[in-house]
Amino acid sequence: MSPVYIARTTEVAARMLGGEMMIMSARDSTLFSLNETATAIWQAADGVTPLAGIVQQHVCANFEIDPVTALRDAEELVEGLAKHGILKVSDQPIVETK
Amino acid sequence: MGSAIAQDVLVEIGAMPVLVRTSSPEFHQILQERYGGFVNSAAHPAFEFEVEIVPPGSIPTAIGDDEDLNVCFESGRWVLERGDFHAELDPALRHGRIWQSANPYAIDAAFRIVHSLLLAKQGGLLVHAASVVRNGRAFLFAGVSGAGKTTISRLAPPNATLLTDEISYLRREADGYVAYGTPFAGELAQPGENVRAPLAALYLLAQGAENRIDPVADADALRALLQCVLFFAHDSEIVAHVFDSACHLVQRVPVRRLTFVPDSHVWELIV
Repeated sequence: MSPVYIARTTEVAARMLGGEMMIMSARDSTLFSLNETATAIWQAADGVTPLAGIVQQHVCANFEIDPVTALRDAEELVEGLAKHGILKVSDQPIVETK
Repeated sequence: MGSAIAQDVLVEIGAMPVLVRTSSPEFHQILQERYGGFVNSAAHPAFEFEVEIVPPGSIPTAIGDDEDLNVCFESGRWVLERGDFHAELDPALRHGRIWQSANPYAIDAAFRIVHSLLLAKQGGLLVHAASVVRNGRAFLFAGVSGAGKTTISRLAPPNATLLTDEISYLRREADGYVAYGTPFAGELAQPGENVRAPLAALYLLAQGAENRIDPVADADALRALLQCVLFFAHDSEIVAHVFDSACHLVQRVPVRRLTFVPDSHVWELIV
C-alpha cells in the first residue's frame, strides 16, 4: 500500500482555543473543532511525513491507542477533513501547499 | 430640462464615514430621515457610494426577488446582489455604485455589507446582537432571531442607552473592544444612539424559567459568536480576519450565557 501524505491547506484559519483546535474553512465558513489526537495529526501535517509516520510519532507515542486502530481512525479523519478542504491528501509528498 | 444635481449624505457609523451620492431628491430625503443621527457632513469619507435610482423591477441583477443575498469578489470588485439591488464596490478605489429603487432597505443592506467588509480588515466585527451602554460600559446581547435581543433592549432601565437592538458594531482598540451605536434597527424600529463605549461583556441570550448568568468556555463562546457575526463573503482573507477577531474577542472580553425571563429584573444582573 503506497504511503499517504497530508498537508494543511491555506484555505483555512485555525487557532488553539481553550484546549481545542478551532478551524474555519474559507470555502464555506464552516467551523470545526478537533480533539487532541486530531489536533496532533493536523499540526504534524507537513506534506512530507507519511500519515503512518505521523500516527506513530504523534499519536501512538502520546496517547494510549493501538497502532492499527490509530491508523484506521487517522485515515477516517483525514478523509473527512479532506472532503471539507481542510487537508490536502496525496500519494506523493506535498511540497507546495499554496 | 436641466440635469439633476447630485446631493451627498455622509453617514458615519462606527467611526467609518461613508458618503452616499444621489441625484434623487426623494432618496436624499429618505437617507436624511433614516440616518439622521449618524449624518456627519464634516467627516472625511472612508468610502463613497453613487446610488442610481431605477424603477422597481428594472434592477440590473441576475437573481430573483425572493433569492438571498449573493456577495462575490470578481476582478478586484465586490459584487452584491439581492432581488432589490445590485451593487459593485471597488475596495482599492473605495468607491461603489448601487442600482436600486428609492427605498431605504437596499441601502441599509449595502451599508451592512460594506461595513462588514471594511471593518473585518480593521479587526472589528458586526454582530447580530443588541447592545446597551450602562454606567459608561457597553454590554452586548447576542443571539439569532427570536433569542431575545429586542426583548432585553425593551427591558433596559431608563439610565441605559440603546446602541442597537439588532446589529452591534465592534472595533478592536488598544485597550480592548469598543461598541458603537448603529442605525440598524430590529423589531424596536428605533435606531441606536450615535455614541460609543468600551465593551464590558458579551452575553449569549437564552430564554428560560429564571434569570441566571453562567460561564461559557472559550471554544463554545467562539462557536456562538461566529454564528452571530455578519459574514457575507466566502473570501479567505476576510474569513481569516473575522476568525482572528472572534478568537481575540472571546479571549479578551468576558463571555457569559444569560438565561432570562422577560421581565426587567434581569437587568439587576447586568452591572
